[in-house]
Amino acid sequence: MDLRVHALQTILVEKGYVEPAGLDHIIEAYETRIGPHIGANAIAKAWTDPVFKASLLADATKAVGAIGRVGDHLVAVENTPQVHNMVVCTLCSCYPWDVLGLPPVWYKSFAYRSRAVKEPRSVLADFGLTLPASTQIRVWDSTAETRFLVVPMRPAGTDGWSEEKLALLVTRDSMIGTGLPKKPDEVS
Amino acid sequence: MDGIHDMGGMDGFGKVVPEPDEPVFHQRWEATVMAMSRAIGASGAWNIDQGRYGIELLAPHVYLTSSYYKRWFLRLEQMLAQRKLVDADEIAAGRGLRPGRPLKRGKFTYADVERIMKRGSFGRPEPAPARFKPGDRVRARNIHPKAHTRLPRYVRGHSGTVERLHGCHVFPDSVVLGKGEDPQWLYTVCFEGRELWGDTAEPGLVVSIDAFEPYLEPV
Repeated sequence: MDLRVHALQTILVEKGYVEPAGLDHIIEAYETRIGPHIGANAIAKAWTDPVFKASLLADATKAVGAIGRVGDHLVAVENTPQVHNMVVCTLCSCYPWDVLGLPPVWYKSFAYRSRAVKEPRSVLADFGLTLPASTQIRVWDSTAETRFLVVPMRPAGTDGWSEEKLALLVTRDSMIGTGLPKKPDEVS
Repeated sequence: MDGIHDMGGMDGFGKVVPEPDEPVFHQRWEATVMAMSRAIGASGAWNIDQGRYGIELLAPHVYLTSSYYKRWFLRLEQMLAQRKLVDADEIAAGRGLRPGRPLKRGKFTYADVERIMKRGSFGRPEPAPARFKPGDRVRARNIHPKAHTRLPRYVRGHSGTVERLHGCHVFPDSVVLGKGEDPQWLYTVCFEGRELWGDTAEPGLVVSIDAFEPYLEPV
């Protein structure tokens, strides 16, 4: 693949369609600037600021847009003891790039895309996560241009923690719904 | 199209295998493919719906045996050729043999990067009042468009409940047919697990899709 990709890049540059520096800059952005820390900061803020949490759940594009860059149609969905949210894209691999960066391989895998809407509990077991049978599992299939961000429950034992410290608990998977935030003793 | 990409509910793909400390890219060529695809898309050669349709048009055996970025690469080569932006002899030679054709938004440069670091808006003014409201019972229509659609097979013919309205959005089914944006109301519709998967459905499962109004009919 290296040779084929390099050849196509050469063609696109020679024909004047793209500037190599533009390509490098895109790659650099996803490797260094745009990633799950953006979503984690928003979640941590929602855990400490009820007004922000309300605005996040009402209009996530607007709420996250006030603290960073995010495009349209972001929808934040809240986990509760009764409902656990989980996000998938069965038709391709739609994912909230603006707040989580590029999706992991498992999110794009045929196994996840096929099974998440049919047997999410079995999928969660692949992540080592078992939820009570009484919990509703709500699976959001991203079939349009809406993008979903799961707001996980704040872990117990974090009273008085700062936003910065709380953000360390918010894993990427907890914002997709295939994991839970870290426990307080997992961060120093 | 009822293609291989429409995977919801299929069996046989095995376990989901998360990779600890996964890198953003596993190979450099993956990063280059991602960047080229974004850049060419941003230059206006095709839009998001046409791009998705491009992946769906890969032959099923190719789709199943190619990695995510390999599919992106094959789509890129195929769509560049279809639009005569790159010619077959250039692919064979591995270099440009003649000047490029004009792109809608011109050459993609460093200055364009920030613009694409934020998703565009697909919301449009409302051409008509919404047909449904939250709480309404609806059925996903039993339709089988031959081209691109965003109505997954596993919900077709099944009944659910409208939960949210998202305003009017560009309608992918029309875009790929060259019929323009044709904005349609977009709804989140919830389906009970048992409605979709029968008596063996997992307990407490609710699945939602985001459905354009033409995908729905009243129950």
